[in-house]
Order: sequence, then structure tokens, then C-alpha cells
Amino acid sequence: MTGGGGSPELYQYQPGDPRLPDEPRTSRILGPGSEGGKGVAIALVSTVVVLGLIVWAVTSSPNWPEVKQAFFDPEEFKRAFPDVARAFVRNVQYFLIAEVFILAWALVLAVMRSLQGPVFFPLRALAIVYTDLFRGIPTVLVVYLLGFGIPSLGLPGVPSGAAFWGVVGLILSYSAYVAEVYRAGIESVHPSQAAAARSLGLSRAKTLRFVIIPQAVRRVIPPLLNDFIGLQKDTALVAFVVAIPEAFKQGQIFQAADFNFTPLLAVALMFLLVTVPLTRVTDWLLERQRRRRQAGAVV
Amino acid sequence: MSADGFALRVVDLHKSFDKLEVLRGIDLEVDEHEVVCLIGASGSGKSTLLRCVNLLEPIDRGQIVIEGEDVTVRGLDVNRIRQRVGIVFQAFNLFPHMTVLRNVTLGPTEALGISKGEARELSLELLGRFGLADKRDDYPDRLSGGQQQRVAIVRALAMKPVIMLLDEVTSALDPELVAEVLNVIRELAAGGMTMIIATHEMGFARDIAHRICFLDEGVILEEGTPEQIFSQPSQERTQRFLQSIIEAGRM
Repeated sequence: MTGGGGSPELYQYQPGDPRLPDEPRTSRILGPGSEGGKGVAIALVSTVVVLGLIVWAVTSSPNWPEVKQAFFDPEEFKRAFPDVARAFVRNVQYFLIAEVFILAWALVLAVMRSLQGPVFFPLRALAIVYTDLFRGIPTVLVVYLLGFGIPSLGLPGVPSGAAFWGVVGLILSYSAYVAEVYRAGIESVHPSQAAAARSLGLSRAKTLRFVIIPQAVRRVIPPLLNDFIGLQKDTALVAFVVAIPEAFKQGQIFQAADFNFTPLLAVALMFLLVTVPLTRVTDWLLERQRRRRQAGAVV
Repeated sequence: MSADGFALRVVDLHKSFDKLEVLRGIDLEVDEHEVVCLIGASGSGKSTLLRCVNLLEPIDRGQIVIEGEDVTVRGLDVNRIRQRVGIVFQAFNLFPHMTVLRNVTLGPTEALGISKGEARELSLELLGRFGLADKRDDYPDRLSGGQQQRVAIVRALAMKPVIMLLDEVTSALDPELVAEVLNVIRELAAGGMTMIIATHEMGFARDIAHRICFLDEGVILEEGTPEQIFSQPSQERTQRFLQSIIEAGRM
């Protein structure tokens, strides 16, 4: 290859060229309608109108009284809510315990899968089979199999709590998803980072530990939070195997006794109280990351 | 002093990427305290040669000998070799999640096993020497390109390498930031550091190099003192390359 060589000249548009816009695009200039105060007022009024219409349409329908009685009974709500809320503490416990193990085990899986070289083929294959398996099986099935199956064996020296094994099921299942999130993060770190670390004489393991994983984890925090939200909801699956009720099971007990679905709505409310703020935090983090990337900074 | 008297000896080095043969028989000997500049067009193999010497790229054929030790034999501990060979990249490749100080101490503590305190002392001394003492707690994205590249040089120096490889270290910099980096390299040369510098800065190469190697299509087509290469190159391709550089106003 030789340097130099003439580059083609840039085409110069002449005034009046039909490919040029005729006039400045004034429509892009913000008009007076975008002023903050007025905008908020319009949004407020339109929201009230839309909500009012929906409420009117629903409550004036012929079957509303029965629906209201079965799902929105205030007396039933008051009766069930304290017990449901107390049982929900267990859901939070399941969530917190599972999350710690998921984060650790999934990272092990992701690192196993990113190992290079023929020596590590068995570990790589194991990680791939694991993720395929547990991502392919419905979580409820895993929880059911472990939560009923293992205690029924009565193995000596093995915990026999249904809740214990239900949570183990959640950990096994969610680790597969989270491992894939981690892997995407690891692969998003530019190879030049590994080259820089290796050029200093750092081993592969230390390069992963000090350079790759810290950057990977930072990048995947928003998608990880998404999985947190899913996990928080799926703690309700443990309801299928436990004797001591968590929130969903507690709601079911009330519902079966009183022939009313309002307690389950109380359960839904408890979940929303946790998942909606988590969702907002996730959105905020994603937005912040997007802004930083646009500003050219390294996330 | 090494067994064969050379800091680095490269013998008949071949390297291909898939079917593209990038290095086609490189022979190069570098004395201790010598500064060798590699010039040549993009794609001539300068970067690949440096990456091979640092063992970042596996080679197809040939031999690389560092201070008398053949580093191309099988089963060698590549980490131990890399600790003695510093490389600085065009795009800096600083670790963005670490402070400047941590970028510099990472190698000494984790690769060399030096104590944290000692590594910190050594790193602060180096950062101070290159005018970066006040940046030690900043993250790389707060620094200018020139500062980042100086940190990258300090990071490599903290390993106390026997040879430094500089891979077009000023190519990614704004023109006004080039001088500060070149001055650092001049200082290293004055201190007797053995260096191989791939560069497009011909004026700089003429000033600093003891020897210039012109790479063309994967071989060292011509080598000699700066006077020889820049004033009376014997090869027609070298003349054409230098002519194109002059026309581009880069000399």
C-alpha cells in the first residue's frame, strides 16, 4: 500500500438545487404552546377527563355491582389486608435470599461460559446446557418439582422444608436468565481492555476480576433490575408448595373461605408497592446510562 | 547485559490473519538503550509486529528473543514475559472504572506482587515526574487525550520494563496535545529506555531515533540512521512513501 492518492472532490450544492429544502424548517422551532405551565394544565385536565370517562363506563355497566362485590369489597379488603401484608414479608425474604444466590451463581455461570481454550470445553458446555435447560423450563415447574419432590424423598441430612426447596427452584431458574445478562455485559467490554490488562502481565483470571467483570456488571445493572422485578413477582410461585403461607397463598385462603376475590387484589397491591418503584428506578438508570453514552463518556 | 547482547532480537517472524499475511519475515535486532522507529504506511505491519513482541498475538513462524531468552517456545509463562515488555496503545486503553492511580498500581500489585504501599509510592513518583500528580484521583474520562496517553505511558513504566513498545501513541490525539506526549517519550529516550516506536510523526522520528526501519508489506524494506533514510533512501518505495508524507504536509 502507498500513501497519498487523490480523494474524490465533495459535491457542492448550488443555491436553488431542488434537493435542498426551499425554506428554513420553522416548524421545528418550538411555539408558545410548549411553555411548561400550560402544558401541565392541559395534561391534568385531559387525564381527569379520560379517567372520569373510564370510571363512568365501568361503573355504569349492568354487571358492575356483581364485579364490585366479588373484587372490590371494602369490608373484605379490610379484613384480609393485615394478614396478607404480614405474609408478604415472607415474599420479601424469599426475594432477598434468592437474589443473593442468583447474583453469585449466575456470575459463575457467565464466567464459565466465557472461558476460552479447549481445556475449558467441559465447563463451557456445562454452562450452556444449564442455561438452555433452566431457561426452557417454566419456573413454576422447577419450583413445583423441587418444592414437592425433594421433601417427599425424606433424604437424611437434606433440608426438607418446602419453602427452602421452592426458593432453590427460583434460584436455579433465575440464574439462567441472569447469567445471560452478565454474559452480554462481559462481551460488551471492548477487547482492547483485556489486551491492556494482559499486556501488563495480568493473568486471565485477574484480567476478568479486575478489568472485565467490574465494567460488565456496571453496564448490566438496569437489565439486572428488570430480572429483580420478575423475581419479586415470581416469589408468589412458592405458594404452590408451601404450608406456611406467603402473600398469594394467604390471599387464596381468604378467597376460598369467603368466596370473594378482594383478598387477592390486596395481594396484587402488595406486589405493586414493591415492583412499581423498582421499575421507576430501572427506567431512571437506563435513561441516565443512555444520556452518558450520548455524551461520549464510558459507562 | 543479556546473553546475546541485544535487548530484543526478532528472527524471520511470520504472522497471518486468516489468509492475509501481515508479517512476511521480519528480522530486527535492538540494542539496549537503543531507540528504533518503525515507519511505513497503514497496514504495513508496524502494529502487528509490536503486538507480536508483547505476545498479544500468536505468531506463525520465527523467533522472538528478549534479553537472550527465547519467548516463542511452547509452555512459556507469557505473563512473566509481558511484565518485562511495556506497550502503549494508540487508543490509550486506560481502565475507565479505575482512578489514574489505580490504573498505574494495578500491574505492580496484581502482576508483580508488590505491596500496595510500595506500588503507590512508585506510582506517585512516576505520576509526579510526568506532571500528573494532581490527576491521581481522577477517572480517565475527566482527562484530556494527552493526559490519558501520558497516564498510559506511566502505567507501562510502573512495571519497570526492559523495553517499551509504543504503537502510534499520538495518532488519536488532537494536534495541540501531541507535543506533551512526544516530550514524555523524549525524556524516556534521554533516560536510556530501550524503545520501539511505531509512528507517523516523521520529524519526531528523525529527532529521537537511533535507527529507522521502513516497513512495507510485512517486511523491513530498508533500515538505517535517520539521515540515511530521510535524506537519501535507497529503495524506490521508501522514496515514494516519504514523498507522500511530505505532500501531506506531515514533515
